Amino acid sequence: MSAEFLNKKIGPLSLAALADTAKTLLLMTGIVWLLVLGSQRLGYNWQWYRIPQYLWTVTDKGFTWGPLMEGLGVTFRITGISLVLMLVIGLTTALMRMSNSWAAQGVARGYMELIRNTPLLIQIFFIYFVIAPILDISAFRSAVIALSLFEGAYASEIFRAGITSIDKGQWEAAMSLGMGPYAMYRHIILPQAVRRVLPPLTSQAVSLIKDSALVSTIAILDLTQRGRMIDAETFLTFEIWFTVAAIYLVVTLALSGVVWLLERQFNGLKA
Amino acid sequence: MKRLRILAITTLFILLASAFGCSQEPIQQKTDKNAPAATAATPESGSQLDVILKRGTIRVGFDTFKPWAMKDKNGEYIGFEIEVARQMAKDMGVKVEFVPTKWSGIIPALLTGKFDIIIGGMSVTPQRNLKVNFSLPYEYSGMSIVASKKLAGGRSSIDDFNNPATTIAVRLGTTAAEAAKNFLPKAKILFFDEESQTIQELLNARVHAVVASNPLPLNLSKEYADQLYLPLKDDFTKEPIAFAVKKGDLDFLNWLNNWVRVTMSKGWLQNRYEYWFFTNDWENQIQ
Repeated sequence: MSAEFLNKKIGPLSLAALADTAKTLLLMTGIVWLLVLGSQRLGYNWQWYRIPQYLWTVTDKGFTWGPLMEGLGVTFRITGISLVLMLVIGLTTALMRMSNSWAAQGVARGYMELIRNTPLLIQIFFIYFVIAPILDISAFRSAVIALSLFEGAYASEIFRAGITSIDKGQWEAAMSLGMGPYAMYRHIILPQAVRRVLPPLTSQAVSLIKDSALVSTIAILDLTQRGRMIDAETFLTFEIWFTVAAIYLVVTLALSGVVWLLERQFNGLKA
Repeated sequence: MKRLRILAITTLFILLASAFGCSQEPIQQKTDKNAPAATAATPESGSQLDVILKRGTIRVGFDTFKPWAMKDKNGEYIGFEIEVARQMAKDMGVKVEFVPTKWSGIIPALLTGKFDIIIGGMSVTPQRNLKVNFSLPYEYSGMSIVASKKLAGGRSSIDDFNNPATTIAVRLGTTAAEAAKNFLPKAKILFFDEESQTIQELLNARVHAVVASNPLPLNLSKEYADQLYLPLKDDFTKEPIAFAVKKGDLDFLNWLNNWVRVTMSKGWLQNRYEYWFFTNDWENQIQ
């Protein structure tokens, strides 16, 4: 079999695709096998049957969510608010950096470099242990502020890249029609830019969800903190962390799926 | 394209080869298990004690708690537990290696073989006992409350703290966390990773009180006498402290239990406890 023959047909059922699938499956089997062997060697006592009670319980009184699901609710609240703030901060910073005002450029640049070049964990500790006691901010708000400032810095670069990627002719056309900056951004530039920045912004939103795990360090009862508490009480270390990781995976995959549908809409394809 | 395929296949081969390498030991163990009972009944069928003696080093897991274990000026570990571990190693005729570990992950680390034994002021609890074996208790520790004068001044009983308007900070994974949950079910409890964070919250007057095992609350109330005070005169719990080892190792456990009996009957343990908990003679070693 020559490589040319394999490359001739491209499609989900071509020989090349089948061969690739088989190889991937083999590789995955190998990895899973290694994991199983590893856990046997540790002599770990798996107790998966103790996990479901932490997700939900059904009693005579009815159905109640377990601590992990309650934690997921807190994670949703934090990431939901932070996501909106991240977009606002990101867009504002991007526009400030592209404005003609020297001061606005400096502030935006300074904010971005400061946030992007320091660890998120340190920022959370700084806001919660240093700033929050002075201004009397709650732990939840400190977490939202830290997360949206951090992710906003990255989002601003994404927005800036999207906006500068719009063809020069579009700007010139808008200006020659006598549009002011607001109308130009609102009707010409941003609608085109949004389409281009949607994929990287999705990555940023997924990062936001994952980074939110760090707020557990300031005693917020999010998904990760609930996991840590159950782990500390029951020592079901591996079972709990696999479960928590799976929940994060489901949430982020669902988000990616929604954005995929959204992208098709924007590009004129009906899902 | 071709090169990529070759690379993928090579990776797979390496992976399979390493899997075989890894698999040899578990297979060995399996055959051991299936072998006649005679093998399993031999005394040296794998007690951790023999592993330690052969290695010539006992590896001790602990986390820093004042005055159980702490770093001195030269970066060496000192404290009650450290002295206990050194004495135990001496009686065993081996060297001692200290493995500092975050408290919330200390039991998983023991189970995965990062060290042989936890000597870290660990209280016996039924939940922990489901995962590890405990020796006889060699000491007892009590929980106490240290409170902020500004937020919670004038309280003098545990019931004063048991209401929804009170916020308590504790260290995650400690028996202080359990005691707070059991004795203060109505209060709001915050769980932090480090003892220093709970103290920080208390000094910032963001929580009403911290629950921790004595003598930490006592020392804090002395150190920050203008900000903090001790609402309760006595500890509100008394918890047995024991060594924790992996489950199912009767040989090791038997040795440890008798070490505790012998050392206690000589009065050595009580003497060292007095020194570390009720005197300040060691204070100049750390600062």
